Amino acid sequence: MLDKLNEIEKTALESLSSIRDQAALDAWRVANVGRSSPLMQVFAEFGKLSKEEKPVIGVAANRVKVALESALEEKTQAVKNAALAKSLEEEKLDVTLPGREIKVGRLHPSTQQLRHVLAILAEMGFQVYTSREVETDEYNFQLLNFPPHHPARDMQDTIYVEAGERGDNPIMLRTQTSPGQIRAMREYSARNPNNPPPIRIASPGMCFRHEQITARSEIQFNQVEGLAVGKNITFADLKGTIADFVRRMFGEGARLRFRASYFPFTEPSAEVDVECFVCGGKGCQVCKNSGWLEILGCGMVHPNVLQNGGYDPKVYSGFAWGMGPERQLMLRNKINDIRYFWGNDTRFLEQF
Amino acid sequence: MKLPISWLKDFIDLDGLTVEDIARKLTLAGLEVDEILYAGLEMPVYKDGEKHEFKTNGLAWDKEKIVVAEIREVKAHPNADKLTLLDLFDGKQEQMVLTGAPNIFHLKGTGRLEKPIKVAYAKEGSTLYDGHAEGLQLMTLKRAKIRGVDSYSMVCSEKELGITDESDGIILLDDDAPVGMPLADYIGDAVLDISILPNMARNANVIGIARELAALTGRTLKQPQIELKTSGESVESSVAIEISNPELNPRFVLGLIRNVEIKPSPYQIQRRLKLAGVRAINNIVDATNYAMIELGEPLHAFDYDILKQRAGKKKIKIITRAAKDGEKLTTLDGVERKLTSMNVLVCDEKGSLSLAGVMGGSESEVYDASKEVLDAKGIEPKDGEMTQGKITSRGRSTVNVLLEGAAWNFINIRRTAKQHNLPSEASFRFSRGVHPALAETGVMRGLQYMAAWANGVVAPGLVDAYPLKPKDSVVEVTPKDVKRLLGIDLTAEEVSALLQKLEFKTEITKSGLRVTAPAHRMDIDEGMVGLADVLEEVARSYGFDNIPTTAIADALPPQVGNPVHEWEEHLRNLLVAAGLQEVVTYRMTSPERESRVTKHDEYVRIANPIAPERSVLRRSLLSSVLEVAEKNARAESVAMFEVGPIFEPVKNDLPNEPRRLAIVMTGARIVSAWDVKDSPRFDFFDLKGRIELLLAGLRFTDIVYAETVSQPHLHPGKSAEVKVNGQVVGVFGELHPLAKEKYEFGEAPVIVAEFNLEKLRGANPSYGITPVSEFPPIYEDIALILDESVAASTVEALIRQTGGKTVTDVRLFDVYRDEKIGAGKKSLAYSLTYQAEKTLTDAEAAAIRNKIVKRLENALGAKLRS
Ligand SMILES: [Zn+2]
Repeated sequence: MLDKLNEIEKTALESLSSIRDQAALDAWRVANVGRSSPLMQVFAEFGKLSKEEKPVIGVAANRVKVALESALEEKTQAVKNAALAKSLEEEKLDVTLPGREIKVGRLHPSTQQLRHVLAILAEMGFQVYTSREVETDEYNFQLLNFPPHHPARDMQDTIYVEAGERGDNPIMLRTQTSPGQIRAMREYSARNPNNPPPIRIASPGMCFRHEQITARSEIQFNQVEGLAVGKNITFADLKGTIADFVRRMFGEGARLRFRASYFPFTEPSAEVDVECFVCGGKGCQVCKNSGWLEILGCGMVHPNVLQNGGYDPKVYSGFAWGMGPERQLMLRNKINDIRYFWGNDTRFLEQF
Repeated sequence: MKLPISWLKDFIDLDGLTVEDIARKLTLAGLEVDEILYAGLEMPVYKDGEKHEFKTNGLAWDKEKIVVAEIREVKAHPNADKLTLLDLFDGKQEQMVLTGAPNIFHLKGTGRLEKPIKVAYAKEGSTLYDGHAEGLQLMTLKRAKIRGVDSYSMVCSEKELGITDESDGIILLDDDAPVGMPLADYIGDAVLDISILPNMARNANVIGIARELAALTGRTLKQPQIELKTSGESVESSVAIEISNPELNPRFVLGLIRNVEIKPSPYQIQRRLKLAGVRAINNIVDATNYAMIELGEPLHAFDYDILKQRAGKKKIKIITRAAKDGEKLTTLDGVERKLTSMNVLVCDEKGSLSLAGVMGGSESEVYDASKEVLDAKGIEPKDGEMTQGKITSRGRSTVNVLLEGAAWNFINIRRTAKQHNLPSEASFRFSRGVHPALAETGVMRGLQYMAAWANGVVAPGLVDAYPLKPKDSVVEVTPKDVKRLLGIDLTAEEVSALLQKLEFKTEITKSGLRVTAPAHRMDIDEGMVGLADVLEEVARSYGFDNIPTTAIADALPPQVGNPVHEWEEHLRNLLVAAGLQEVVTYRMTSPERESRVTKHDEYVRIANPIAPERSVLRRSLLSSVLEVAEKNARAESVAMFEVGPIFEPVKNDLPNEPRRLAIVMTGARIVSAWDVKDSPRFDFFDLKGRIELLLAGLRFTDIVYAETVSQPHLHPGKSAEVKVNGQVVGVFGELHPLAKEKYEFGEAPVIVAEFNLEKLRGANPSYGITPVSEFPPIYEDIALILDESVAASTVEALIRQTGGKTVTDVRLFDVYRDEKIGAGKKSLAYSLTYQAEKTLTDAEAAAIRNKIVKRLENALGAKLRS
């Protein structure tokens, strides 16, 4: 009987070793540990054994059963692993195939840049003030200290609008966001004419010039202007504020310089250059080999402008500065054609 | 303005300053140097990694290889008629040089020259510009055989040395040029190209720049030395002046020089003029230009004998007056100009002579008869001289010159120059303001140069009519003002010292100091504006770089929001989240362009349009976005929006600028990929889904979509009006086939929307949420057969109304039409969600369902589909 058990074990394990798939494994289970398997026959006929044989055969039969079952379990795991390995091998992708494009919406690059600038200014306490795009000569020029026929008007070729005979006050597309300075000052000073409140505003918006549309010049462009008016606001404060802004905008190490300049609505006026962030000041195409990039114009608000806004220049002072988001984008991204912005080719827009 | 450094050196000692140092100091003080053009002087060489400072161009001349030499004889070339061989001495040895220069050709074969000709000589290995190439091409002189003769060096033209682009003849240096001297040491130069800002017009001359530089470096300005030797009858005995309107002409000065010999100016003078961007004409005209560039006072030279002839037996009388409307004058460019009363004329008793401050008249201009001879011989004169030679042929050159220096009203000159489109060096200066004090100095300087270059004799005295003398501005400045506006602590003495460097007169007073502007300044006002003007000068003189950087100490104003701006930014975010690309388009368009989708009679019209297709401000934002979509129609999928103003005209007043939102979608719903093909195209419901998302994001709940009324650009069956809180805020739908036909779109339908943002923003949002229930929902589907005419929104509204708040969601998941259902019928299948603040039983749900079905049967004739 013991021999028979040994024979059962040997035959079963031998046939198990060659099995490679689940179906054969199931068949093996039925044949070797199933109800009618030779091993189970031994258990079925257990009662027929002698008293002496029972303990010996019982132990041996149980040992064989355990051995076969654990061999089966081991084999089952091995077959499963092999099958998984095979399927993993078969499911291998060409990972270099392109990913599926997601069609997302985007903001126009100018809007993105405007938001960037306005977010920095908001943290510095300058709040958004918007005003109209079509203006009168009075607001766009005269109240900003450009009298009629002033040479400074040559700096801004103007697009006029047909509006009947209006003498020295024609209607035009604003050439700068600065008319907003007057509108804001008048709005603020009207709240308390005897003691007007301080002002910190940022005016973004589209401005217009009478130009040929070329790679370098456009008929419309955005501008953002900052204005601070209060008591004892100084040129040193202007420098400090601009330095803060430039640090936030162009990074911790950005070197800058103030160059004396001229705008009719500020005095003293300055232009601010930052060290070229493309070449680090060594000279390149973007900075025209000068090492510097002109990024904004600024100055102390002219006494006539304060007066026109309802702020007494003997008591109040202020500063203003203006910059162009499209120009900033062009410098940063080495865009050499300004026409991209309003051309709205999605192949351009989708790069931002 | 273009400023040769050599000229600047006449008025300030520049020792120890490099060209870049000078350019940097001027730039920071508001005289921005755009470019440095080298014409001979040593150029800075930037090693790798070194910082540049200025845009730099031009050529440095090798001191060993390019020198002053003299031509001793011009010989014929044995094998070429048009070439000559020069016997030339370079200071060390004789050289044989080959040239084709036409301006010494006439000396061929005349033997040893009595007076050697001084030239610029470049030896083998010199780097020069190629005189025969287009543009500026560098080349190195190499030994070659030309027509059998060895050539290893050359005599140079201005182009080859980078002085001008003139390459026709060689440079003929002045007779006193030192043979053998490196040319760079003799006439090497660098030219600063300086932008002159409107408030810096006083500096648009050599003295002006020298004065600024002297202040910036603490050096002394060398004032020009003007000494005139005079003889003969005085000017006063020959000419009188009458000014009819001193406001237009505050000062008029005349000088006279007799017996001038018209010929070319010395080469040194011509070279400086050319580097400064002015053509060299002849010694008399050059003297007026040279004095103008040096001092800033434009001068005008008259042929005295012509005036005398016109005056007949009477004394010449110069009259300045406003022109009569319609009066005519032929200016020296040969153009007959029709004048208006805005123009000012310089006249004599016979009539007009010149357009004051802008351009002279042809009849009385200085005349060079030698140019006539050139014309007759058929030798092509240089550009510009041709016109001069042909205007008149007087047969003799000017001998006596009456020289005018005047002051004009700058606004008047500006308008005149603009009206006649005559920008000139003179009108540039006069239209920005020239101080009347300069009229006298200018005339004297001009006479001095004429005497030196044309051997004339200056008549004693000047005739000087000066009816309107400007007052020098006086401004009170205190250290407190300096602190309050500039933020720096300076004593009155320190402020005074800073201003004195710029030639202001100062006087210390009890409160601070009294400042008087110098005579050359017209940009300093009085009072508060004068204070700002003077403080600007204090800041410039102190150096912007030396002013500290501080934080604003003044109180921050109360923080206020900008709700309109913030709302629009939120709107943009929602649209972007809906997968739409923002575009920004031109405000200017034309009625024709907009007529493809909309018709308007009234527009805000541009008075001076850039182009016919930009003649008005837009009335339709949709039209702008459609144009962009059309331009991008090649793309597989277009989904874009713009938020911006349109412009509604208001008679004789500023237009309204209401805000609009426009959306355009066309093309594939899903972008194709290597395993994604044939995506369905965007249709009405793609856009509607985005609008639903947008309106939900804006927190609107009372939203109704209704059939459109009179939207001719939209498909009548595939368009809808959007009502929020009962008010129409926008329309959307498929572009009408006839409208679409006018664009170059593909097959796919074009879906568009336009919203009135004022109305949309005006609608009250309803905030709040639907609580999320913890109790399990019951889901159930019902399919209903209905007449085609029943709107889906009606069915849904009835379901919700009947179901009450237990029905938390109603979702249409299928629309089906089939013969079995019957003609004119459709099946709508809804998925209903029942949920309550307790666990619902199936029976409770079934009860509600039965109620709903009954209601639909009764109200709409619906039949439950099994
Ligand atoms: Zn650079």
